[in-house]
Amino acid sequence: MKNDNNVNSFKKIKPEGIKQEKYLEKWRKLLDSGGTMSILFSGVGGQGIILTTTVLAEAALLDGLDVKVSEVHGMAQRGGSVVGSVRMGRKVYSPILDSADFIVSLEKLEAVRYIDKLDPEGFIIVNDFEVYPVSMYLDGIKYPENITSKLAGYTPNYMIIKATEIAKSLNEIRVSNTVLLGSLSNFIPIKKESWMKSIKDNVPKRAVEVNLKAFSEGKKIIS
Amino acid sequence: MEKTSHLKLLTGNEAIARGAYEAGVRIATAYPGTPSTEILENVSLYKEIYSQWSINEKVALETASGASIAGARTLVAMKHVGLNVAADPFMTLAYTGINGGMVIVSADDPGMYSSQNEQDNRYYSRFSKVPMLEPSDSQEAKDFVIKAFDISERFDTPVLLRTTTRISHSRSAVSPGKRAEHTIKEYEKNCQKYVMIPAFGRIRHKALLKRWEELIKFAGQSDLNYLYTPETGKNKTCSIGIITSGINFQYAMEIFSDTPVLKLGITNPLSYKTIKDFADGKKLLIVIEELEPFLQEQIQQMDLGVKILGKEYFPRYGELSLKILDDFHGQLFGTDLISRSYSKEFNAGADADKSTSDNQKKKKSPADGIPTRPPVLCAGCPHRPVFYILKKLRLKVMGDIGCYTLSVLPPLSSLDSCLCMGAGIGQALGMEKADPKVKGKIVSVIGDSTFFHSGVTPLIDSVYNKGSGVIIILDNRITAMTGHQVHPGVGKTLMGEDTTEVKAEEIARGAGVKNIKVVDPYDIKLFKKVIREQLKKDQLSVIVARRKCVLLEKGKARVTVYIDEKKCEKCGICLKFGCPAIEYKDDRYSVNPLMCTGCEVCMDICKKNAIKIK
Repeated sequence: MKNDNNVNSFKKIKPEGIKQEKYLEKWRKLLDSGGTMSILFSGVGGQGIILTTTVLAEAALLDGLDVKVSEVHGMAQRGGSVVGSVRMGRKVYSPILDSADFIVSLEKLEAVRYIDKLDPEGFIIVNDFEVYPVSMYLDGIKYPENITSKLAGYTPNYMIIKATEIAKSLNEIRVSNTVLLGSLSNFIPIKKESWMKSIKDNVPKRAVEVNLKAFSEGKKIIS
Repeated sequence: MEKTSHLKLLTGNEAIARGAYEAGVRIATAYPGTPSTEILENVSLYKEIYSQWSINEKVALETASGASIAGARTLVAMKHVGLNVAADPFMTLAYTGINGGMVIVSADDPGMYSSQNEQDNRYYSRFSKVPMLEPSDSQEAKDFVIKAFDISERFDTPVLLRTTTRISHSRSAVSPGKRAEHTIKEYEKNCQKYVMIPAFGRIRHKALLKRWEELIKFAGQSDLNYLYTPETGKNKTCSIGIITSGINFQYAMEIFSDTPVLKLGITNPLSYKTIKDFADGKKLLIVIEELEPFLQEQIQQMDLGVKILGKEYFPRYGELSLKILDDFHGQLFGTDLISRSYSKEFNAGADADKSTSDNQKKKKSPADGIPTRPPVLCAGCPHRPVFYILKKLRLKVMGDIGCYTLSVLPPLSSLDSCLCMGAGIGQALGMEKADPKVKGKIVSVIGDSTFFHSGVTPLIDSVYNKGSGVIIILDNRITAMTGHQVHPGVGKTLMGEDTTEVKAEEIARGAGVKNIKVVDPYDIKLFKKVIREQLKKDQLSVIVARRKCVLLEKGKARVTVYIDEKKCEKCGICLKFGCPAIEYKDDRYSVNPLMCTGCEVCMDICKKNAIKIK
């Protein structure tokens, strides 16, 4: 687990010209017209994807949206590649998405693995964090050095943020995901109060404060 | 927008538990198995319900049967292959019927996210003539449990509630209700109903067939089967109808939003009347279902004079998806089955979508050639040292079902078999009987929970039939893979009470095994010595490799290890241990301190003493 050395601590990598307002407007329109918005989370088993999807989903529910969430349990959780998804709208049918309006990756390799799922107009937020899969040593395949360029080659709509560094600075590495959610909150039309309440309702009591802090740190990253 | 503050986002499993509570269930039993496990975990949160982890699904169903005879509303939950284990009581329960209502949840796993096969358990309901309901989201999962109990008591039958992984593990909004108390029905002795000797069985079989006719009538009137008619406008597709159930209904509603859909809540029995009414005036019925053509074949047999499509287009394996349905939609509307004007209009949109996605496909995917990330045994897993040794000794290893099945993957690459719960012990005996040369070179491995589930009988069988292999019981003090459920070896019940701790080695001793060793698998040198000794014995041996699952030790103070680069000769032997905490990058070996649990086993594996305590 190492951080991309090319970036200064706490800074994000983003192509110039990203306007989160543009996305906010787009998705507000989509939701108002009865469309469904789909968000994919990817990471490594044990990184807390289920909690992360739940926080987003309950925030959306509090905002009066219909929500469906898909999770992975059982064998796949044991350090394997895992995904979860949240779909929201006036009426949502399938809990599984076909293409994602948004991808949030808790780990860089898992961002590349699922990038194909990103809608051409979608956006991806990636945690600048690496977990080496054991298979690397067996297959002789290296952990890709050029993840940023891999992403950039696919879409201009990406952002890599040092969520784990920020979480470490708050003395709680487990809130990395909440930092990412804070950043995500700049792009999607969910009220701040709903986010706050959902965090309070879902994280362990003793961790509420640090999670709220992590969320607001994440929110700062782009605004 | 509708006020949603009273709604809760529940998984299908949580919703089933809520349904059990609201239906006035008093007794609930299960053996853990993905994707069904969280049903009982959540039921156990309601103090009004007695809940238990049974030793296996067969005992769970038998216990439920007793509770039902005693007059209580009873819920039993299991994964699809669990119903194989419980099939014996299940088939005859269809004959005896119930007293207190009984609902059996079968959680199927199309796509095999965490299973050894993807059998379609809908056939169990046809096989047994037990009625079956299939919910399509969490609200229905809750509501259908309540309805299933009403059906159960009205028709004197157990009822199957069949879910799939996508229902069990998807969250959607549920409106919680109040609990309806159901007093215990009085038990009256009734041998003709509950004692299935052949003479009474014959009577009950006829009763079952009569009940079946009544259930068909019921299915024809029930609002559990529902017709969705597209709201407005371009209703030109009404010469086409879709018949579907469960999660597939959601995919169908999203892709075929302007086509009439008959949504079956009761998928056994099927009502000829319901389907005939739907088919009238249509040219084509599309049956959308995962796995087998369970509905399609029955509907084809109804001889409705309508073209029926289904498995000609949809795979018989894995899950369906929006993509599969969308592709089908494209194919279908390119044909002459519906009016051309509509076809054009639709295809304009579809083509536009298609061209963008084709463009994307032409790009080389960034995901090509990146390292895979299959699930692995955790850092500090007590199973790892066992399999490391078994591989080193080049033994044949007849395996079983649990986390340790992951030892089949490189670098441990240890397992020779994994068939079903409890199978490894019997397989090892069979190998030994068939080929005397494997003697001294074969072991079976089985987890603690799996041993209690179905390893005890083959253990006794191996003693009786003079097996001479080594049975290794991987006792990590918990049912780990499904998320840490207690079992008879733990000394705790599902409801948190203390109970007798059943010891695997005592069972082995009681069965007459002479060679029994209990070893801590972290002591890898001792483990290797013990296994070598036991392999030389002429009689059956049992080794209990006992060490708590490392995930249960989370939060404990731990010492981590590091690799002393001065001593490291870069031989790479530590990577062959397969611990995810040991990393190799830029020609340097290191231990990730965030992942290392301090088991220290790798210190014994490194021949140069380069791995040290921090």
